[in-house]
Amino acid sequence: MTAKTHLELTGVDIDFPTPSGPFKALSNVNLKIERGEFVSLIGHSGCGKSTVLNIVAGLYQATKGGVLLDGKEVNEPGPERAVVFQNHSLLPWLTAYENVELAVKQVFKNSKSKAEMKEWIEHNLQLVHMDHAMHKRPDEISGGMKQRVGIARALAMEPTVMLMDEPFGALDALTRAHLQDSLMEIQADLNNTVIMITHDVDEAVLLSDRIVMMTNGPAATVGEILEVNLERPRHRLELADDAQYNHYRAAVLSFLYEKQRQPGEEVKVSALSEKKTESDKQAQNLHDTEQSSAEQNSEEAA
Amino acid sequence: MSSMALKLLKPFGLVEKLNLAALIKALVVPMTGILIFLFIWNIGARNIHTSLGEFPGPAQVYEQSKNLLAEHNRERQKEAAFYQRQDDRNAKKLAKNPDAEIKFRAYTGKATFIDQIGTSLVTVLAGFFAASLIAIPAGIVIGLNKTLYSAFNPVIQLFKPVSPLAWLPLVTMVVSALYVSDDPMFAKSFVTSLITVSLCCLWPTLLNTAVGVSSISADLNNVSKVLRLSWLTHVIKIVIPSAIPMIFTGLRLSLGIAWMVLIAAEMLAQNPGLGKFVWDEFQNGSSNSLGRIMVAVIVIGLIGFMLDRIMLMLQKKVSWDKTQELR
Ligand SMILES: Nc1ncnc2c1ncn2[C@@H]1O[C@H](COP(=O)(O)OP(=O)(O)OP(=O)(O)O)[C@@H](O)[C@H]1O
Ligand SMILES: [Mg+2]
Repeated sequence: MTAKTHLELTGVDIDFPTPSGPFKALSNVNLKIERGEFVSLIGHSGCGKSTVLNIVAGLYQATKGGVLLDGKEVNEPGPERAVVFQNHSLLPWLTAYENVELAVKQVFKNSKSKAEMKEWIEHNLQLVHMDHAMHKRPDEISGGMKQRVGIARALAMEPTVMLMDEPFGALDALTRAHLQDSLMEIQADLNNTVIMITHDVDEAVLLSDRIVMMTNGPAATVGEILEVNLERPRHRLELADDAQYNHYRAAVLSFLYEKQRQPGEEVKVSALSEKKTESDKQAQNLHDTEQSSAEQNSEEAA
Repeated sequence: MSSMALKLLKPFGLVEKLNLAALIKALVVPMTGILIFLFIWNIGARNIHTSLGEFPGPAQVYEQSKNLLAEHNRERQKEAAFYQRQDDRNAKKLAKNPDAEIKFRAYTGKATFIDQIGTSLVTVLAGFFAASLIAIPAGIVIGLNKTLYSAFNPVIQLFKPVSPLAWLPLVTMVVSALYVSDDPMFAKSFVTSLITVSLCCLWPTLLNTAVGVSSISADLNNVSKVLRLSWLTHVIKIVIPSAIPMIFTGLRLSLGIAWMVLIAAEMLAQNPGLGKFVWDEFQNGSSNSLGRIMVAVIVIGLIGFMLDRIMLMLQKKVSWDKTQELR
């Protein structure tokens, strides 16, 4: 095989130093991603999804193994691997426009004129439908809007790979659906490679080409990989009744709640029916338990 | 009614509604506090008898403040008269002989209370600026580097609590030894006061800047790393803005300390300024002295308060966190 893999994680281990000795968060993570692919990472809270993303971003260094991007080893952060942070991470003293500008100036300082930069910033803010509020500061806009600016900032860097850590996690369902649709559109246009962490099974199935399901930590690794062969463009309403879609959904749910069931989790996942109404109800229940278990986990961590 | 008129009237309606409550809160309550204070002061003063007579009450202090102002005006008139005479003399000389050598001498009158206020203000601001100029950059560098921070922290903690009175003899000697020039730009006493003030007010700004800089959120640091910002851009675009609130907290503390330190230093070193005024009056020991000192005390307090308000205004202007309540 001559064609090189676009992005490749090989045998990635990471040990975090803790007062009580090193803590092995990831063990032997292997993953190959093609150019333009949309990959979701899903797994229980605290299993190491953010850690994987941070290693690809270059913010963490793998203890063993490593990451290759187009044949080059990743060992420091860089704008070709733009990150959309979970809590947007906009600079609070800059307006939406200025936040994107900081990134654009940095990436295109030698290749774009002032006027071109301005156009490019505005274009990217338009992509996420933020052009009407681009001169507002983060504290003057809603959570969903901040997240959109964060996405615009990442897009404006023209990254080879977009890394998104639960980009829609803190948003209400409507805003989330809206942004998911925008993201699908943008990705179809630009054909970026995207790695997205999510807790939301529907989101994973709707957006991804592949869903990477991670086992529970410590020493977490890739458990299963699910290929999602649904026709694009995808429409959430049509898919809601689609048997194939519900099958994928059930597969992810069964991984999370049967195979990787967390101790103490009293969820009965006896019949993951593919009949929409049934599975939907269950999914809702599951979703609730998932969230409460996530909360529980973070409380434990705190 | 047009919407314009409505808009204009709206605030008035609001004012009417809040009128009484707001007025009481904004004026009546503080006024009551001041009145109670004046009353207690008055009673207390009458019962304290010193070797220089009764302790001055509000009335005497008011009297003395008028006197001090009058003295200042008299001194200014004398000064004007002096220059008038000198000019006349020179003009006469020139009229007799156009080539005559004429002399200009500066008026060397006694520094009045108002002059001393001016001197103190200039000194405190100069000392404070000098200290900030050192403390902010140093704080940024120390805050960004954990090793440097642990290296310098003991030194900072050691010097922070040192009283200006301990520094003063050292500074005076060092300035006398090193600041020698035939035509000095600044008086030695000014330089001594300035350095003493700087040495004492450096620390709060230094420490607060360092803490502000080192507690930047990890997320913003990650943004900077992903963008591969250069060190300088990182400092200018991310570090300084996010540390601004802490820097200002430090600056306000520093300015307060600078003002307190300056008065003490002026008293001890007999350097011109309000401190010297207080000391001179004390040595003077006339029946009016205590009243005049009390005027100085109140003016010192007012200026300190004013300086802090100015800093607060600046802080509000540069603060990006509008949700933070500044007081
Ligand atoms: N810097 C660190 N030092 C020590 N331990 C860490 C560090 N970062 C992460 N960990 C540990 O590694 C594990 C994985 O953390 P990670 O943040 O990757 O989880 P996650 O899957 O993203 O969780 P969530 O879904 O809650 O965001 C956790 O047990 C966490 O405590
Ligand atoms: Mg995470």
